[in-house]
Amino acid sequence: MPLQVGCAARPGKARENKTGAWRVFRPVVEREVCTKCGMCALVCPEGCVEETEDETYVVDLDYCKGCGICAEVCPKKAIRMEREEK
Amino acid sequence: MAEVRQGCELFESGHRACGGCGPALAARLLLKATGENVIIVASTGCMEVFSTPYPETAWKVPWIHSLFENAAAVASGIDAALKKQGRDEKVVCVCGDGATFDIGVLCISGAFERGHDITYICYDNEAYMNTGIQRSGATPYDASTTTSPAGRCSLGNVHQKKDMPGILAAHGAPYVATASVAFPNDFMQKVERAVNTPGPTYVQVHAPCCTGWGFESGETLAIGKLAIETGLWVNYEMVDGEVVKAKKVRRKPVEEYLSRQRRFRHLFKPVRRDDEIAKIQAIADRNAEKFGIDIRRKE
Repeated sequence: MPLQVGCAARPGKARENKTGAWRVFRPVVEREVCTKCGMCALVCPEGCVEETEDETYVVDLDYCKGCGICAEVCPKKAIRMEREEK
Repeated sequence: MAEVRQGCELFESGHRACGGCGPALAARLLLKATGENVIIVASTGCMEVFSTPYPETAWKVPWIHSLFENAAAVASGIDAALKKQGRDEKVVCVCGDGATFDIGVLCISGAFERGHDITYICYDNEAYMNTGIQRSGATPYDASTTTSPAGRCSLGNVHQKKDMPGILAAHGAPYVATASVAFPNDFMQKVERAVNTPGPTYVQVHAPCCTGWGFESGETLAIGKLAIETGLWVNYEMVDGEVVKAKKVRRKPVEEYLSRQRRFRHLFKPVRRDDEIAKIQAIADRNAEKFGIDIRRKE
């Protein structure tokens, strides 16, 4: 790989590094309980909880590290952490 | 926390922070507040290491890495160059507590003295986490780190946390604030106000580190909230050197905050050290008195 002058990198290139493989626990959202407040999307350190067009929230499992912050802050406790099966 | 603000996403997924990283959340939130028209200057630190292992970068805005000590000096230069060219980008330094409290003080002091139009954001995770949890000027009293290990002859860090916001307010900074990732909207509002205030401004954000402090990754926000509820961290704003606003709380005993972290474990096991816990409670009491954060019931 040729080294660029000044070591410049393309914006947001970290996206190529899929961190989902680190996960031990996977967040599962219960759609019926969710009130769509958006707290989970706001506090995710990965920024991998996205709002869809029909205003529901989905977790991008390619990047989710399974930290569980979303489950902790959810005011309706609509997110539970399930152990990943290999 | 009913009203949640969503905005642009300028901090990309795929960075290599630990799961549940407080500083990673701080970076995401501060970029939401600054928007696209910004140049970030980062010193060495955990955030620099996990977000930009070459050739990857999580930042989607112009970003420059300096050294540990000179982020404020680099930002001063960028500010001067932008002014000369008549450009209006905001210059924001994002540095850890080691770079701010210990190594960078000289350059920060110079930049604040010269009155550059920069915003300095310190994400305070209370030790040098990137190099392996060494104590810094921001490490709280009695916290065990690898350079202040608790054991038979020591109870952890012997020094108290440095009052960095006070130091920078004394430089005549027009706006100085402390915030916490546990209150994301409050933090974003403070950053927004800081970048839109002319002159050097400072925001210090409490960013719990699950690896260094020793708690479960999902508890990052809960621990940050407990720090505020016990009075060991105070969210306040200073305008022209005067405290204008401080978050009021019904205070809990400091024990609730300390007992949930591995770095304070030696205060409870093998024997409970009530004398040391009382000293930490006294720090919280002093904070409460200084900033008037206690909610008092009407008699």
